[in-house]
Amino acid sequence: MSRSDVLVDADWAEAHIGDPNVVIVEVDEDTSAYDKGHIPTAIKIDWKKDLQDPVRRDFVDKTGFEALLSERGISNDDTVLLYGGNNNWFAAYAYWYFKLYGHDKVLLLDGGRKKWELDSRELSTDVPARPRTSYTATEQDSSLRALRDEVIDAIGKRNLVDVRSPDEFAGRLLAPAHLPQEQAQRAGHIPTARNVPWSKAANEDGTFRSDEELSQLYEGDAGLDFGKDTIAYCRIGERSAHTWFVLHELLGLPNVKNYDGSWTEYGSLVGVPIELGEAR
Amino acid sequence: MSTDGCGAPAGGVSAPATAGSQAVVEGKVTRDGAAVATGYARLLGTGDEFVAEVPLGADGGFRFFAAPGSWTLRVLAPGGLRAERSVAADYGRVTTVDVTL
Repeated sequence: MSRSDVLVDADWAEAHIGDPNVVIVEVDEDTSAYDKGHIPTAIKIDWKKDLQDPVRRDFVDKTGFEALLSERGISNDDTVLLYGGNNNWFAAYAYWYFKLYGHDKVLLLDGGRKKWELDSRELSTDVPARPRTSYTATEQDSSLRALRDEVIDAIGKRNLVDVRSPDEFAGRLLAPAHLPQEQAQRAGHIPTARNVPWSKAANEDGTFRSDEELSQLYEGDAGLDFGKDTIAYCRIGERSAHTWFVLHELLGLPNVKNYDGSWTEYGSLVGVPIELGEAR
Repeated sequence: MSTDGCGAPAGGVSAPATAGSQAVVEGKVTRDGAAVATGYARLLGTGDEFVAEVPLGADGGFRFFAAPGSWTLRVLAPGGLRAERSVAADYGRVTTVDVTL
């Protein structure tokens, strides 16, 4: 797989507005961004309302995913182009999620909503009506998702990549600096984890850095062993989906999992080891 | 305001913040006297280390909950517009930084 199979630029997106085989989807946590204006013909997916289970802490199951895509008018044969705010955090999360449920024809828009806006490209407030489909998902691909016991077992054995900011990693903050500081019971990081903030993988306009720069970042600078399996985590699993995309989809590492429980789960577990302090 | 995700607060940041025990950095971005509603505010640490980013609200507003210390605030807007300010944050204080592009 190469970069062009998974990542497209804004010119590509513009050229495929109205393409009947391409469904453009904006994924946000705050969907008021979509309502204010979106890429023409794009539909929206709400990261929380649509992709998370309303009761349990988990994301929607296979049946729920099928119901969502059918209702939004996405069919199994469609190419889905995802983009969103926050430097594509939630779009990358949705990308991971489409892959988990076996949708192969999925692409990410490089730079997401930010680059589109900074380029002053057209935004529309028209909400397209798409006819209902009958979408069939596969069972969840467990090779892409790490659960807590596997993470604890991976300490000292696999690459653990903590993609939060250095302040969150060191235990000085519990959440990114644009959010109130609350959530997990304890601050810090999983022992043996390397700290490679997600933002180092992105340019200022939200586009991804080149493959050469990315290899240097993870293997050269952070000292990840690319011969080992890798688990990425952050606070709630969306920033680490961004890094999962980099490692698994752009750099083509074979065994990379996203731990979506991330720090809000790990930092609240009783009895697990926690490290404080700067990255080593 | 959303507290259980990493996204922007719903509807921008026009709701007033009380600092409480937080180190708040907030402000508004204007150009020719008008709010800049499309653009981004980035909070950077020493050596341009990225800390956080928010889209500007409808009123050009932004808000961060930082750690105490010195930060750089950078604003990006369409047309290649950008501005940078130095800012100091401390717990229990709202630091206001208004930016004119």
